Amino acid sequence: MKKLHTLLFSATLLMGVAAHAQVRVEIAGVSGTQIPVAVAAFADESVAPDQVSAIIRADLERSGVFKVIDARQAISDTASVDLGAFKASGADALVVGSVSRLADGRFQVRYKLLDTVKQTQLSQLSDAVSARNTRLEAHRIADDVYEKLTGVRGIFSTRISYVKVNPSGGNHSYELVVADADGENEQVAAYGRESIISPAWSPDGTKVAYVSFEKRKPIIYVQNLVTGQRAIIANEKGSNSAPSWSPDGTRLALSLSKTGNTQVFIVNADGSGMHRLTNGNGIDTEPQFSADGQSIYFVSDRSGGPQIYKMSVNGGQPTRVTFKGSYNISPRVSPDGKTLAWISQRDGVFSLYAMDLASGQEQRLADGATEPSFSPNGKYIMYANKGGGRASLAVVSVDGRVKQRLSTQAGNIKEPSWGPFMK
Amino acid sequence: MRNVKTVAFIVSAAALLSACSSTKLQETPVVEKTPVAQTTPPADTSRDIRPVETGTVDPLNDPKGVLANRSVYFDYDSYVVRDDGKPVVENHSAYLTKHKERKVLIQGNTDERGGTEYNLALGQKRAEAVRKAMVALGVSDGQLEAVSLGEEKPKATGSNEAAWAENRRADIVYQ
Repeated sequence: MKKLHTLLFSATLLMGVAAHAQVRVEIAGVSGTQIPVAVAAFADESVAPDQVSAIIRADLERSGVFKVIDARQAISDTASVDLGAFKASGADALVVGSVSRLADGRFQVRYKLLDTVKQTQLSQLSDAVSARNTRLEAHRIADDVYEKLTGVRGIFSTRISYVKVNPSGGNHSYELVVADADGENEQVAAYGRESIISPAWSPDGTKVAYVSFEKRKPIIYVQNLVTGQRAIIANEKGSNSAPSWSPDGTRLALSLSKTGNTQVFIVNADGSGMHRLTNGNGIDTEPQFSADGQSIYFVSDRSGGPQIYKMSVNGGQPTRVTFKGSYNISPRVSPDGKTLAWISQRDGVFSLYAMDLASGQEQRLADGATEPSFSPNGKYIMYANKGGGRASLAVVSVDGRVKQRLSTQAGNIKEPSWGPFMK
Repeated sequence: MRNVKTVAFIVSAAALLSACSSTKLQETPVVEKTPVAQTTPPADTSRDIRPVETGTVDPLNDPKGVLANRSVYFDYDSYVVRDDGKPVVENHSAYLTKHKERKVLIQGNTDERGGTEYNLALGQKRAEAVRKAMVALGVSDGQLEAVSLGEEKPKATGSNEAAWAENRRADIVYQ
């Protein structure tokens, strides 16, 4: 039976070419203070299939923390540049580079990041990449610019996963899609006639866990994205859902209703060693490992309505985390463990909130939001936009300033999961 | 009819003849045959066959039977089987206690409002309420599995109370 499933639901290998309508990203908000950066066209960049400088420019703009200035000329990494002139034009930094075709068909992409104020070189990269990976190399350069100028690792070369719902789509009614963080390069990882929810990337980015309704009840699968092989991690009596990986990738926390009410269980990544963690009489669900892997945040209605609690992964008494409002769900912890994001319903509206866990101070980030997911650098949260019309995804920065909207021309996109940093 | 007319004719002919007794020749009455309207003969059913279905008809498959109704509805934020759902629970429980080889999935649903996973858990509560009610009526545990579809398979689309009420529901699905 497993073999049949592999045939029916084979993953598109990463070698394949995406043939789906792409996701559009619109910027709707930017940071308060922006770093002005000039980006030059790369010398000879038209030899490669993707225009490297344009991708870098779009990435930096989308981040909301840069004011991107078009240098309006191509400047090679080997050229001598009048940095004073660029400083005078308002840029604090300048990005230059070149692309050349290699004898073996690959492309050499070179880049330099220059400080116009100190008149020094801040960074450089030089890599030989395949035609297909020139786009990825551009994202890596943008990540380098971001990191050198903000001190924080960039997320432009990361990937996202989400579910696309296609009305009257036949056996493509539901698709689990993987795309670049900018919405490009969509590839279908799984597809079928029944719903897929709660995708969760493994920490090493090679696998995704998800809940599928293909057997008329929710069952948790873990699928290897490259090989397309998938295994059932949990198909206990009743419902199986809400998979969440431990930071070291060896375990998953899940929600099972096998005991009669929905409770949190822990299981090894291969499906062995399943044991119960929570001991509530009502609903305990949506478990999330803390950043250090020692605790589990989860949702419980033990005090009446759904609230967020935290307990040790080894068992024991949970402590309550949310107190405002009567409906708090979907806890997500930032990778550095300092911030909790979740969804709170107040006055009938579902909103995305972020809390500084040390001080308990909370901030409302977005309305009409569900299903949050942190970027791996902890600076952004992607979420599902449920407000009227077609379902779409959005991104907001943790300080609430930067806003992006991701939409698709056909179908609805939902259930986002932001992938990890890849080596 | 023919006989009556023939008699009538003979009588009138006889009357005519007696009236004309002084005449030399007795005319032989000519009996004219007038066409008589055809009447429908009684149907001959002696060769019709009435079919008989062997074995009993499964009431589960009767679209007009009580078992055709397989949905139990719930109020907002409620996981209690309403009075209008009790006949559905009773009818299917009766069937399942008589047919111990049959199994059902009880699928709980919610309306679209709220988070996906929490709604899955709420749908589970609805399925579980129906399951418990069926067990209380004697159905064995092994015949029942309570699962949730959460908000994933709405029966009614639309963001209004009518659609939401239709989706707050548990369905009995025979395996």
